[in-house]
Amino acid sequence: MIARALALVLSLVLLAPVASAQGFAGLGTDAGEGFTRPERGQPLVFPRDHGPHPDYRIEWWYLTATLTGEDGRAYGIQWTLFRSALEPRRTTGWDSPQIWMGHAALTTPGRHFVAERLARDGIGQAGVTAEPFKAWIDDWRMTGTSGTADALDRVRLTARGVEFSYDLDLAAEGPLVAQGDEGYSVKSASGQASWYYSQPFYRVSGTLELPDGPVRVTGQAWLDREWSSQPLDPDQTGWDWISLVFDDGARLMGFRLRDRSGGGYTSGTWIAPDGTPTPLAPNALRFTPLRIARVAGRDVPVDWRIELPGRALDVTLTALNDAAWMATLTPYWEGPVAITGSHAGRGYLEMTGYDP
Amino acid sequence: MTGAALSALWGHWRRHPGQSLTLVLGLALATALWSGVQAINAEARASYDRAAAALGQNDLDTLGASDGRLFDQSAYVDLRRAGWLVSPALEGRLRVGERSVTLRGLDPLTAPLAANPVDLSDPGDLAPFLRGEVGYLHPETLATLDPTLLPLRVAPALRLPLGVLIVDIGAAQRLLDQPGRVSHLLVWPNQPRGLPALDAVAPDLVRRAPQARADVASLTDSFHLNLTAFGFLAFAVGLFIVHSAIGLAFEQRRTTFRTLRALGLPAGRLVGLLAAEVTLLALLAGGIGLGLGALVAALLLPDVAATLRGLYGAEVTGALTLRPAWALAGLGLALAGAFAAAAQGLWRVLRLPVLAPAQPRAWLRASDRGLVVQAAMAALLLILAGIIALTATGLIAAFVLLACLLLGAALALPPLLSGLLALAARRTRSVLGQWVLADTRQQVPGLGLALMALMLALAANIGVGTMVSSFRMTFTGWLDQRLASEFYVTGRTQDEADAIRALLAPQALAVLPIWRAAQPLAGAPGEVYAVADHPTYRDNWPLLRAGPQVWDRVADGTGLLINEQLWRRSGLQLGDRLDLPGWSAPVVGVYSDYGNPKGQVMLSPDRFTALYPDAPRLGMAVRIAPEAIPALRAAISDRFGLPDALMIDQAAVKRFSLGVFERTFAVSGALNVLTLGVAGFALLTSFLTLAAMRLPQLAPIWALGLTRARLARIELARAAILAALTALYALPVGLAMAWTLLAVVNVEAFGWRLPMFLFPGQWAVLGALALGAALLAAVWPVRRLARTPPADLLKVFAHDR
Repeated sequence: MIARALALVLSLVLLAPVASAQGFAGLGTDAGEGFTRPERGQPLVFPRDHGPHPDYRIEWWYLTATLTGEDGRAYGIQWTLFRSALEPRRTTGWDSPQIWMGHAALTTPGRHFVAERLARDGIGQAGVTAEPFKAWIDDWRMTGTSGTADALDRVRLTARGVEFSYDLDLAAEGPLVAQGDEGYSVKSASGQASWYYSQPFYRVSGTLELPDGPVRVTGQAWLDREWSSQPLDPDQTGWDWISLVFDDGARLMGFRLRDRSGGGYTSGTWIAPDGTPTPLAPNALRFTPLRIARVAGRDVPVDWRIELPGRALDVTLTALNDAAWMATLTPYWEGPVAITGSHAGRGYLEMTGYDP
Repeated sequence: MTGAALSALWGHWRRHPGQSLTLVLGLALATALWSGVQAINAEARASYDRAAAALGQNDLDTLGASDGRLFDQSAYVDLRRAGWLVSPALEGRLRVGERSVTLRGLDPLTAPLAANPVDLSDPGDLAPFLRGEVGYLHPETLATLDPTLLPLRVAPALRLPLGVLIVDIGAAQRLLDQPGRVSHLLVWPNQPRGLPALDAVAPDLVRRAPQARADVASLTDSFHLNLTAFGFLAFAVGLFIVHSAIGLAFEQRRTTFRTLRALGLPAGRLVGLLAAEVTLLALLAGGIGLGLGALVAALLLPDVAATLRGLYGAEVTGALTLRPAWALAGLGLALAGAFAAAAQGLWRVLRLPVLAPAQPRAWLRASDRGLVVQAAMAALLLILAGIIALTATGLIAAFVLLACLLLGAALALPPLLSGLLALAARRTRSVLGQWVLADTRQQVPGLGLALMALMLALAANIGVGTMVSSFRMTFTGWLDQRLASEFYVTGRTQDEADAIRALLAPQALAVLPIWRAAQPLAGAPGEVYAVADHPTYRDNWPLLRAGPQVWDRVADGTGLLINEQLWRRSGLQLGDRLDLPGWSAPVVGVYSDYGNPKGQVMLSPDRFTALYPDAPRLGMAVRIAPEAIPALRAAISDRFGLPDALMIDQAAVKRFSLGVFERTFAVSGALNVLTLGVAGFALLTSFLTLAAMRLPQLAPIWALGLTRARLARIELARAAILAALTALYALPVGLAMAWTLLAVVNVEAFGWRLPMFLFPGQWAVLGALALGAALLAAVWPVRRLARTPPADLLKVFAHDR
């Protein structure tokens, strides 16, 4: 998902020392030293690729869900596990140079709950296994529960913060979708790329625990899996990212990369109701901020106009809660949106790089 | 009018620069000693606070094994995977060349903010720390270590406590050779809702509130209370000087006051002006005193820091920082002291009848009634001291006892001297003798304060001197008993220790274990030691109380020994059972254990190993002929590369222990000398005061035919007699103080009671010092008297006021 933006920020947090440390104790000066780079033409293999790729610098399991409670109210949740490697290897014990980071959020029209967890690799506190599929950090879990089909077809998802928790069952109603060229997703004109696939067809049911008590919910979820070794271009200052689920069953993933010169670059994928992906031409998708809100001391555009002329798409995105701010080590905005206009539906919006 | 009054009042100080100097210097000295002590205490407390804060222990609960041992980190992972927000820590000692530091391993990814060594938002810090390539250390500790001996690169960090090297938990496990082990878990203050109960996830761990670990401060409280008491004593003695100087200034200006009042200055305004004058002088003197105090503190602090490190293992910075708290307190005390000293004078000025004769009060013979009141107060205080000595417990009570004793004894001095002189006068036949005695008696009220100060200083010197010397005698004797083995070796790892033991066994008469484990005892930090069944202990160990077959009982594991500190603190008697985690046994003996603030238990090596299987067994005491030590040392050094600091012979341990001892009391000694100096100064100012006022009394005697030289000799003799009587009187007071220090304060502060020895030689020296000080103080006024032009003496009759 949006994570591409976040991942870059994350990579800056955890890996920038490599670049800024100026030759500390044999740390490489080349950000990509020893790490594998994505190469076009290597097909994704499942269930292997559901698991971690420690030879890549960054990786995530990124899930968002738009939900409706028995009370009729709209909710949204986020569950993300990031892996960040200091070195392209894994071992047991504290020496394993891999770091895990979890973000969980629960958004209601009036509140936005955030929790963040960090953990070392190699001691069992956090990790991912492909077979059987398990991704966890502390007591947060994303566990495959399907016996026969793809490991990600049936998933149980839990997370807990100081004031909230959730426990959801996810069932896929469509196939995995490879983004880009069979999963090889180009990220910039200079050739930076990642491996990227999604499961955008989850149907969700479960329970949210809020300070006022439990709420039973149903809805839809979208999982992104992505891994790469290459940081973004230093000129790029942030991203606006959307994952939209339309009432007619189609999906749209799109993003806009903002750079210092004030320009932008947009791309994305149109996903038909049967899961057939169509990559969008560069800048075919148009992003226009409609309303700026003051969030956490920053000016953040929380309502958007999204246009895709080729699909006769012209919609307005309205944030469920303006204050969906992720006050984590690397802060960003992420929350559910309602879609109105030429198409109706619900989705998620992520925005990074809005500095105070 | 006010302006005129001001210039008249200030004129006095201009005309009497010596008196101004005395007043300012006296107050400055008093403030200096007190604020110096406060500065030392403040610095030490700040060090403890920083230690506690940086450990993340002031407000964080911890989880640990009930017996304080290391445990497997799987407990940590289990708790995290059950949702508990905890963070692992591993603590141990790391030797760096000749010194050692506390090595603390933490996980920066999960450590609560307060305890986190790494700023996660500063990416440059994290990766090298996680890799175990970088650790953090307070720069002052770093400066004491040889960086080439450190196992990793160390970055200085000011917010860390002294003596603690912070590294990644993985690095700590590697450096301490404890793979997969942790010593405790830090518990985040805010935990998620709906977690499973702690004992369901980690049944073997115990949750501890933060204060249970802040042990250093409580251990050292008594030491700081000692210092504070000394500071107050010094301040009290200093106040005597101020009192006499201010009193003199008021006496001498009585004519001025009367004139000003007669000219129409309201009494209220006069008092106001005088109060402003006192305030100004107090602030000036207080400021100077603070400067001197900082100097005193800076000079003493390294010794205090060394003492605290040697005695309590508490790390205190050796550098002084100016803290507003003690500076303000010092100024406040100077003000309060000056006003306390001036209160009587101000009160008299307020009530001064305008037309009253401006006769100096010193002329008036002290009324017997005043002395009776003073004597009654003294008796009351001494009785109170007796009651406290018999009934109260606790360190504060001990110091109240000391205060009552000293103040009561001081107040009793003038009435006692007066009575003695009256008694002597009745027995004297010679007219001159009778005059000398009567005249001396008349001076007692004027000299009283100075004599009281001298008496206090002498008593404090005798008291502290007796305590320190008694302690030293006991301590050296005890060291001889306790350090019976000739050579002490400590391995760096268990394997090395075992190998050294194997190497030593065939060459030595015996290789005895020195194994210890930390173990809370009677609610305070304590230690458990293993003691082998060997004549070394049977013959030498300093037992204070022993049951039958004490060593057999320890050897067969049916009894244990406790040290005096634990014995007094816990109230356990011989035969009572002491509970240790997983074992309990009767106490069969109590041994003295000077210089150690912690409770201690000794039990057989087998028991020890069973109870503390994880405790490193690295130390050994070797019985061997002293001449064989150098060869043995060389052999161990060659084979294991063991640094010299880990191989110590008996003489070196004794030297080190006595060094700690001497430093501990170096501060007391320095304060003692300063106090005596202040008292001598007080005496000098009093003699000067009296000499100036006594001219009218001496003039008639001179007129009767006594030469000025003879008068001067008589004056000297009088000073000597008064000093001698005071010194004589100070002796029992000082011994009573010594007894209180040895039998009450030491027991409360350190947990041990010492036998009292008497040192008449010291008394003689002190008596001579007192006599010398008195004579020295008298010489200057006496010289002035001897050289007083006869015309001045004649003027007395002409100016008869």
